[in-house]
Amino acid sequence: MHPAPSVIIFTVFSGLGFGMLFWLGLGQPLVVSWTAFFFYLIAYVFAVGGLLSSMFHLGHPERFLKAFTQWKTSWLSREGVLSVATLIVMALYAAAEVFLYTQYAVLGLIGALLALGTVFGTSMIYAQLKTVPRWNHWTTPVMFMVLSLGGGALMVGEIWTAIPLLVIAGLAQLAHWFLGDGQFKAAGSTMESATQLGSIGKVRAFEPPHTGTNYLLREMVHQIGRKHAQTLRILAIVLAVVVPVLLLLVFSSLGHWVAVPAVLSHVAGVLMSRWLFFAQAEHVVGLYYGQR
Amino acid sequence: MTQLPATTAKKLGLVIDLDTCVGCHACVVSCKGWNTENYGAPLSDQDAYGAKPSGTFLNRVHSYEVQPAQGEAQLIHFPKSCLHCEDAPCVTVCPTGASYKRVEDGIVLVNESDCIGCGLCAWACPYGARELDQEEGVMKKCTLCVDRIYNDNLPEEDRQPACVRTCPAGARHFGDLGDPESDVSVLVAERGGFDLMPEQGTKPVNKYLPPRPKDAEPEIDILAPFLDPVVPEAKGFLGWLDNALSSMPGAK
Repeated sequence: MHPAPSVIIFTVFSGLGFGMLFWLGLGQPLVVSWTAFFFYLIAYVFAVGGLLSSMFHLGHPERFLKAFTQWKTSWLSREGVLSVATLIVMALYAAAEVFLYTQYAVLGLIGALLALGTVFGTSMIYAQLKTVPRWNHWTTPVMFMVLSLGGGALMVGEIWTAIPLLVIAGLAQLAHWFLGDGQFKAAGSTMESATQLGSIGKVRAFEPPHTGTNYLLREMVHQIGRKHAQTLRILAIVLAVVVPVLLLLVFSSLGHWVAVPAVLSHVAGVLMSRWLFFAQAEHVVGLYYGQR
Repeated sequence: MTQLPATTAKKLGLVIDLDTCVGCHACVVSCKGWNTENYGAPLSDQDAYGAKPSGTFLNRVHSYEVQPAQGEAQLIHFPKSCLHCEDAPCVTVCPTGASYKRVEDGIVLVNESDCIGCGLCAWACPYGARELDQEEGVMKKCTLCVDRIYNDNLPEEDRQPACVRTCPAGARHFGDLGDPESDVSVLVAERGGFDLMPEQGTKPVNKYLPPRPKDAEPEIDILAPFLDPVVPEAKGFLGWLDNALSSMPGAK
């Protein structure tokens, strides 16, 4: 699949932003006044910025309000509804913390659950697609949610929550990669099943329908960077999990500034992992073109 | 709405005969022609006369070489467009309700004024039947020529999809696949029509008819090369001509 920068930025930063909102909603950490204001500012910039970024890949972004209507069947629509609900509930909860120095725990809990639901919604946009076997797997929502929770805890400075969650996120990421590698074969789609000509013999693409390329090939049969996939996987896991966890474990006594390199490394690693998430995903339509 | 109807009154669709298709791409051209000038946004091209032409098509013809375990390889031309699936995954993923499946005839359509161009339906389709138009930013797909098949302004013989009407080989058939008595349903039953990628669970309405078995190669006696030629030398007028031409300068 085409690793569009707008969608990578959307999933990574909205994941971090909603992860932060989850922990803030649970009152971990309990913050008020200016501290609360700056935490919420960062969370909202990430969450809203990510959502806005996702609009850059739309053909008609001015019609985005229509996307809130089909929540009965569409995960994309559900994600939109959940994200707006989270942002509204958490805005009220945040206002109480910032201006009234008060925590409405029930409101925060609702906001936290909605935030987690939003990240689940984002992951299901991809996990629901039977056409992309690598994504159509339980590891997709698990990885998205644990990365968001771990990254969110790191961002709000909950170090002892962040460390175990980042380790679990790393394991979920590894599971997604290594179970995912066998998913296309396990799904059972081949050129023979695509064309149903296997009863005659071995099928080979002889002539494509056109001399140039097309939307389908650019969007879904995108083959880029697969040569360096293993190297990028190692770099991604080192940056997203190993470096931040070590920094937190070794230098946490030195103070809050340790969080800055840990966060930067984590974000760089997750961006890399999300790029691979798209670049390595094979869509079954490629079989009609003799490719994956 | 993006909820799929439990049943549709009719199941209009195509039956494509892989035995008959000659791979001329006339259906591709007539489809592009009709659908550029009629329903919805035109099907744009980018860099049409340049080095990297690309464009929106609702119907494309692949060609496959199929190699049996024994015998000659076969070349099979393979037209592919929207299969108007009963369980269409492209419809349910749509966030805006632009994609829908019609209750009256099962045609899957896009209401272009509601489409935000997110492209998720194209990702959900296993067949590559949907293409996002690069000029208009909306999703394009086969409409089964909904603006021809019910069009009273056209002569009756033209009230079928442009691809079917134009096919010079008669490889494309249009009809109600929900009616077991219809010509297309009988054809599918007689010829053993099949679904593409059945493991995706989309329940396509369009069916494909398999290529008929090819004649086996006639058996040739292994001693054939050692037999005497049947006509050793030309006689009569042709013999004279052969001699005359052979004696001319430059003849071998």
